Amino acid sequence: MAGKTGENVKDPRIIAFVCNWCTYSGADLAGTSRMKYADNIRVIKLPCSGRIDPLFIVEAFKKGAKGVLVSGCHPGDCHYTSGNYHSRRKYAAFRDLLNYLGVDLNRVEFSWISASEGNKWVSVVSEFTEKIKSLPDVHDIFSSR
Amino acid sequence: MSRIGVFVCWCGSNIAGTVDVKKLTEEAAKIPGVVEAVDYKYMCSDPGQNSLRNMIREKNLTGVVLAACSPHMHENTFRKAAVKEGLNPYFVEIANIREQVSWVHEDKERATYKAMDLLKMMVEKVKRDRAIEDVRVPLTKRALVIGGGISGMQAALDIASGGVEVILVEKEPSIGGRMIQLDETFPTLDCSSCIMTPKMVEVSQHPNIKLYTYSEVENVSGYIGNFNVKIKKMTKSVVEKDCTGCGDCWNACPMHKNVKSEFNINLSERTAIYVPFPQAVPLVPVIDRAACLHFKKGGKCVKCYEVCGPKCIDFTIQDEIIEEKVGAIVAATGFDLMDNSLYGEYGYGKYKDVISGLQFERLLSASGPTEGVIKRPSDGKTPQTIVFIQCVGSRDPEKGVPYCSKVCCMYTAKHAKLFSHKVHGSQSYVFYIDIRATGKGYEEFIRDTIEKDGVVYLRGRVSKIYQDRDKLIIRGADTLSGNQVEIAADMVVLATGVIPKKGSDKIAQMLGISYDKYGFFTESHPKLRPAESSTAGIYLAGMAQGPRDIPESVVSGSAAASKILGLFSKSEYEVEGTIAGVNKTTCVGCFYCQRVCAYSAISKEEIKDRNGNVIKVVANVNPGLCTGCGACVNACFSKSIDVKGYMDDQIYAEIRSLAI
Repeated sequence: MAGKTGENVKDPRIIAFVCNWCTYSGADLAGTSRMKYADNIRVIKLPCSGRIDPLFIVEAFKKGAKGVLVSGCHPGDCHYTSGNYHSRRKYAAFRDLLNYLGVDLNRVEFSWISASEGNKWVSVVSEFTEKIKSLPDVHDIFSSR
Repeated sequence: MSRIGVFVCWCGSNIAGTVDVKKLTEEAAKIPGVVEAVDYKYMCSDPGQNSLRNMIREKNLTGVVLAACSPHMHENTFRKAAVKEGLNPYFVEIANIREQVSWVHEDKERATYKAMDLLKMMVEKVKRDRAIEDVRVPLTKRALVIGGGISGMQAALDIASGGVEVILVEKEPSIGGRMIQLDETFPTLDCSSCIMTPKMVEVSQHPNIKLYTYSEVENVSGYIGNFNVKIKKMTKSVVEKDCTGCGDCWNACPMHKNVKSEFNINLSERTAIYVPFPQAVPLVPVIDRAACLHFKKGGKCVKCYEVCGPKCIDFTIQDEIIEEKVGAIVAATGFDLMDNSLYGEYGYGKYKDVISGLQFERLLSASGPTEGVIKRPSDGKTPQTIVFIQCVGSRDPEKGVPYCSKVCCMYTAKHAKLFSHKVHGSQSYVFYIDIRATGKGYEEFIRDTIEKDGVVYLRGRVSKIYQDRDKLIIRGADTLSGNQVEIAADMVVLATGVIPKKGSDKIAQMLGISYDKYGFFTESHPKLRPAESSTAGIYLAGMAQGPRDIPESVVSGSAAASKILGLFSKSEYEVEGTIAGVNKTTCVGCFYCQRVCAYSAISKEEIKDRNGNVIKVVANVNPGLCTGCGACVNACFSKSIDVKGYMDDQIYAEIRSLAI
């Protein structure tokens, strides 16, 4: 099928793991407001950013994603009180591991996007997509298939 | 073996305009496990839902995927349709190809491809869905209302009149909120205290309402139907049940010059033992311990105690923590006004005769500091010329807030009108940006103010205010005539922007409800669920949600009440079954899950052999407490806990479906 993303580095596949309450709703708001952004992103909805297992990110890279975005509610706003804090802590530790494994940290992005921030969703996705496009071709632990 | 039906919705041209729905349907039919794929113009319509039901029945489907609008929109619609055909509702998944594809992308080919990816993801997810049964939880049929302003009072009265016990918590010594501070109300000019006081008395005398004034909600735990609330009742230093409200104590208090009255917004003084205003409900004074000589000077002053007939003043009473159990909560915490001193050019705080609209309201009020005679704060003279400035803070993204405060156009016209009624031969000028008068009788009210009361409206902003002898000189622009204007006035009234009540963000965090970037509580759905917060069992009312006028606040209070009465009309509440479950065979009992659970939903369960000896201790999930956030899943080392609806294998399948 034509229009496929991810076949070359200039048209990368990006996977986003987002929480249901803030970021997913924020992405919906961008749609309701008819804002436009790059179509390379594929959103996987989870109840909370605290549900995002770092291994999901590994799996996304293994399956050819060139960038992974993780996003949830702002600190203090978590629908489940503290899930985003768990997420933040896990992510901080996990970045170190990715770095150790030689993965370019530009390929993972972490951002707080609330349900009222449709415009932030658009700018985060657009900027992240541009950043991934500007990176050299991937030669890391996940690309040697 | 999965038998999945795929439905591609056109949503008219909303989806079909950007996504090639025919091609998407053709491709969907080729996905392994899909028995049939069809497209339809409006899946949410009755015929659309019927086609879904028919296919479930005729093709004996085990799962359904809809490529349609956001699941936040119609997931429930389609789940309900599936249930009617005997399919478990959780076997319905939605690929969001409207909000996250057709509305945000333009290239049809690429949008169609992305839609296909999202559809494939959901097919992989639905293949791994398990039947989930909803959980029933018992309901404590009592309600808590936070905030005793007009909307909170309305909510409390409606719930109480429906036969349900209500606990009303108000931070101030009296209920009444902002509305009781107002003089007359637009557009009918009925006096606020005349319509408010009977309602306040009704609240205090209602057999189903338990009123806590001078109290704050300190902690809320639990969940819908089963909240545990801790209320901090600040000490009034007065035995409430014995107090007659005679007023001997505050007349005897020697501290009558030093404390500014909060109720009169610093336009008058109050004593250390005081009631905020004469019609306060309950009419019981409180001792402001920060101002009271007894507390400041080591117990020497006991004047109020000496004059008190029923001897109800007790300096030893301490703050008290009260625990209550409720099943539903209304958050009606109200509003504050922005800080006028942000606008240095208007000279608020520098010139005594530059005041806020709420202060002017107190000057107009018969029970206010001037007993309803308009006197300017600097020298007590009655002003002849007043300049009103609208949109101070509102609609100003640079210094203030970008939103419209909604009530200022109307109350400014009311102020100008009342001023012209009270001071004959006086003149008012109003600087405005636009006039927003959209309520019933509002436009007519503004017209009347301009035409009958001779108030001059100038479209433009004020650039500077300065003092010249006993006049304030106002310089501004009249953009309609293109002239600079200079007015010598006796007083300036600022229509200050509305902001959420100070500390409402803390309340929101305590309740676990969401709020917007300004701090206003956000609705579960801005149009269709305006009375509900994002958290089940917690409802919203009044200005805490955003600027609104009195009728709207009353309506929102009643709306929250009717939601609660509806909830309580059933014997149990059904909770979504998407909660955590433990594999007790593999659980090693490390209880890391318990440490990350924000809801204390995980307890220890002993597994015993047939002789009653404990073999091991494992985690157990309380279905009433678990919200299904999934924090525990990532904490589990032995992969023994998972959240229904978002199981690990489903998410990995979604990721794998996106493999390149």
